[in-house]
Amino acid sequence: MSAAEEVVTEGQAVEAVPKRAMTLGTGTSLVVLALLLVVPLFVKNFIIFQMTMLLIYGVAVLALNILTGGSGQFSLGQSAFYAIGAYTSAILMEHANINYALTLPVAGIICFAVGFLFGQPALRLSGVYLALATFALATAMPQLLKLGFFEHWTGGVQGLVVTKPDAPFGLPMSQDMWLYYFTLAITIAIYVGSVNLLRSRSGRAFMSIRDNEIAASSMGVNVSLYKTLAFGVSAGITGIAGGLGAIAVQFVAPDSYTITLAISLFLGMVVGGVGWLPGSFVGSAFIIFVPNIAEGISKGLSGAVFGVLLFLVIFLIPHGARQIAIVGQQLAGRLRR
Amino acid sequence: MLLTGLRTAALAAVAIVCVSQSALAQKKYDTGASDTEIKIGNIMPYSGPASAYGVIGKTEQAYFNKINAEGGINGRKIKFISYDDGYSPPKAVEQARKLVESDEVLVVFNPLGTPSNSAIQKYLNGKKVPQLFVATGATKWNDPKDFPWTMGWQPSYQSEAHIYAKYLLKEKPDARIGVLYQNDDFGKDYLKGLKDGLGAKASMIAAEESYETTEPSIDGHIVKLKATGVGVFISITTPKFAAQAIKKLAEIDWHPLHIVSNVSASVGGVIKPAGFENSQGILSAAYAKDGADSQWDNDPGMKKFLDFLAKNYPEGNRLDGSVVYGYGVAQTLVKVLQMCGDDLTRANVMKQAASLKDFEPDTLLPGIKINTSATDFAPIEQLQMMRFKGEKWDLFGDIISGELSN
Repeated sequence: MSAAEEVVTEGQAVEAVPKRAMTLGTGTSLVVLALLLVVPLFVKNFIIFQMTMLLIYGVAVLALNILTGGSGQFSLGQSAFYAIGAYTSAILMEHANINYALTLPVAGIICFAVGFLFGQPALRLSGVYLALATFALATAMPQLLKLGFFEHWTGGVQGLVVTKPDAPFGLPMSQDMWLYYFTLAITIAIYVGSVNLLRSRSGRAFMSIRDNEIAASSMGVNVSLYKTLAFGVSAGITGIAGGLGAIAVQFVAPDSYTITLAISLFLGMVVGGVGWLPGSFVGSAFIIFVPNIAEGISKGLSGAVFGVLLFLVIFLIPHGARQIAIVGQQLAGRLRR
Repeated sequence: MLLTGLRTAALAAVAIVCVSQSALAQKKYDTGASDTEIKIGNIMPYSGPASAYGVIGKTEQAYFNKINAEGGINGRKIKFISYDDGYSPPKAVEQARKLVESDEVLVVFNPLGTPSNSAIQKYLNGKKVPQLFVATGATKWNDPKDFPWTMGWQPSYQSEAHIYAKYLLKEKPDARIGVLYQNDDFGKDYLKGLKDGLGAKASMIAAEESYETTEPSIDGHIVKLKATGVGVFISITTPKFAAQAIKKLAEIDWHPLHIVSNVSASVGGVIKPAGFENSQGILSAAYAKDGADSQWDNDPGMKKFLDFLAKNYPEGNRLDGSVVYGYGVAQTLVKVLQMCGDDLTRANVMKQAASLKDFEPDTLLPGIKINTSATDFAPIEQLQMMRFKGEKWDLFGDIISGELSN
C-alpha cells in the first residue's frame, strides 16, 4: 500500500462538519447575547466572576475548536499557550506597568508566534502522534516557568500577583462587573472573528485539509502553511484567553497551568461538540460547574463522580451539545409546521 | 457658665460613648456569625496531586463535630464548609470567593498549599476576611504590616533550616555540606533559610542537587553528592523521596551526618518504609508529637488525641502526620474563637489570634508554646532537635527558637 493510499483509507480523525452548521441562527445568537448582557446586573459578584471565567475558558476551548474542528489537528498542549499568554500579561502589567488592555494583543501576538513555530516541526506528525508532541509541551511548561533563569520576571515557584483593574472613566461598576463586560466584548470580537475566519477562503482551506489532505493539496491548498497557520491562530487566541484569565484570577503560578488544564480544555471541546463553535461555551460551563456538582455529591469521590458524569455525557450524546442543539432545531421546525 | 455647659456636654458625650461601647461589646457580629452559629470556610486539595493532605480537612471536620457535640463555642455551633481546589490556584480563587460571597463565612481557615494561598491572599486581605492559620510553611505569611488578615501556623521552613544551621555551626563548624532539595517553593525557601542561617559561613555548602517531584528515582543525585565527598547530607525532601534517600545511602554504604526535614520525619510514613536499621542516627527537628511513637502513649495531651480518634474519627490513622496536624490547628482555632467571646467580628478574630499567649495544643511537644502579637504573626516558632535511635526519635537539647530576625 502506498503512502497516499494509506492516508486516503485512514479513517477520518474528526468528523466533517459543514461550515453552516458551525454557528447558531441569528435569533438564538441575539437571545444569548441579551442574556449575557443583562444577567450580571442582577446577580452577586461571585456569580459574575464565575461567568467571566466561563467566557475565558470558552475562548480557550474555541481556540482548540478552530484547530481540531477546523483543521483536524489534535492538541493536548493548549495549557502551554494559555500559560504563555497569562505570564505575558502578568509580567507586562506588574514589571512594565503597561495597561491591562494593551497586554492582551501582545500576549496574542507572542502566542501566535510560538504556536506558528511549534507548528513547523509538528507538521510531520498527525493524529495521536501530534497529540503526544503537544502533550510534551504541556508537561514541560510548568517546569520552564520555574527556571531560575526567568525567575526575576516570572517570580519562579512563588508566581506573580496581578492587580485587578478598576472600571475606567469613573463608571459606577464593581471591578468584577467591569472585567466581565470587558471580557464579554473581547469574547464577542473573537467569536465573530473566528466565525468569519472559518467562512473565509482560509477557513475553507482548513476544512479541506481536515477532510482530505491529498485532495486539498491537489486543489492548490498550501497544506503546510495552513496547518501551521491554524496552530498559530489557535495559540494566539488561547494566549489572549490566558491573559484575561491572569487578570481575572489576579495571580499566575506554574501550578496553575499543568496538563490538567490542557485536558480540561480538550474535554470542554468534546462535550461542547467538536467543530461547533457555540458549543465551546457549553463545554466551558461543563468544565467549570460539573466538578463543583461532583464535589457536592461526594467529597472523597469527587473525581469518580465527575468520571461517571462525563461517561454519561459521552455515552448518551456522543456529539456533545451540538447534538442537543440539532434535536432542538428539528423539534422547533416540527412545531412550526 | 459656658465652660460648665461645655464640660457637662463633654461628660455626657463620654458617658454615651462608654455606654454604647459596653452595649456593643456584649454582642457583636460580622457576616458568618450569629447567636447560634459560626461559619468557618476552608479550602483543601481533596483531589489532584496533593490529595494526601485532604486528611487534614477531614480531621478538622471531625474535631469541630466533637466541639459541637460538647455544646459548641460559647453556645454557638461551628459550621465547617470545606471545598476542594485540586491544588490549582485559579480554582482556589473561585472557591475562596464562593466561601466569602456566597456562603458568607466569618473566616477562611487553614487553606492548604503555598500556591493556592498566594493566589487568594490579596483578595481576602482586600475584603478584610481573615485568612487564618494557613497550611503552608512558607515564610511570607508572617507579614502583619502588608497583610494584616493573613496568619500562618506551623514553623516556617526557613526557621526550621535556621535551627539546623545553628546546630551545625556549633557541632561541626568545619563540615562540608551537601544539600538535596525539591525544586519548588518548599525546597527553595528551605535552602534560603539554611544559607541565611549559616550566614558568613554559607560556603560550608559544598554541593547542591535539586530534583523534580516527577522524577521516579533520586538515586543519581545521591551518588553525585557522595562523589563530592561531603560530610553532612541535608535532605530537603517530601516523604517518598526522603525514604528513597535513606535506603540509597545504606545501599551505597555512605554514612554522612544525615539531616531530614521535619516534613519527612514521620516514623510511619518515612522511617519504617526505609527500614529502621538504615535510619539509625538520622537527625531532624520536630514541633509536634509523632502518633507512631510509643513514648507518648501515656502523655495526657496525646491521650486526649487518641481518645478523639477512637470516639469521633475512627477512620483517622494515628500514624498519619496530617491527622496530628489537623487536630492541633483546629484546636488553636477553637481557642481563638473562645477568646473572642461574644465579639465575633472579623477584626476581633484577628486581634485575638494575634494575642495568643503560651497556648499549648495537645499534640505539640512539651515546652513548645504558641505565642503571637500584633507584630508577630508566626504562631509556632520553636522546634527541638531529635535523633533516630532504635525504633523512635530521641529528643535532645533545648527547645530552640528559629525566630527570623526580619
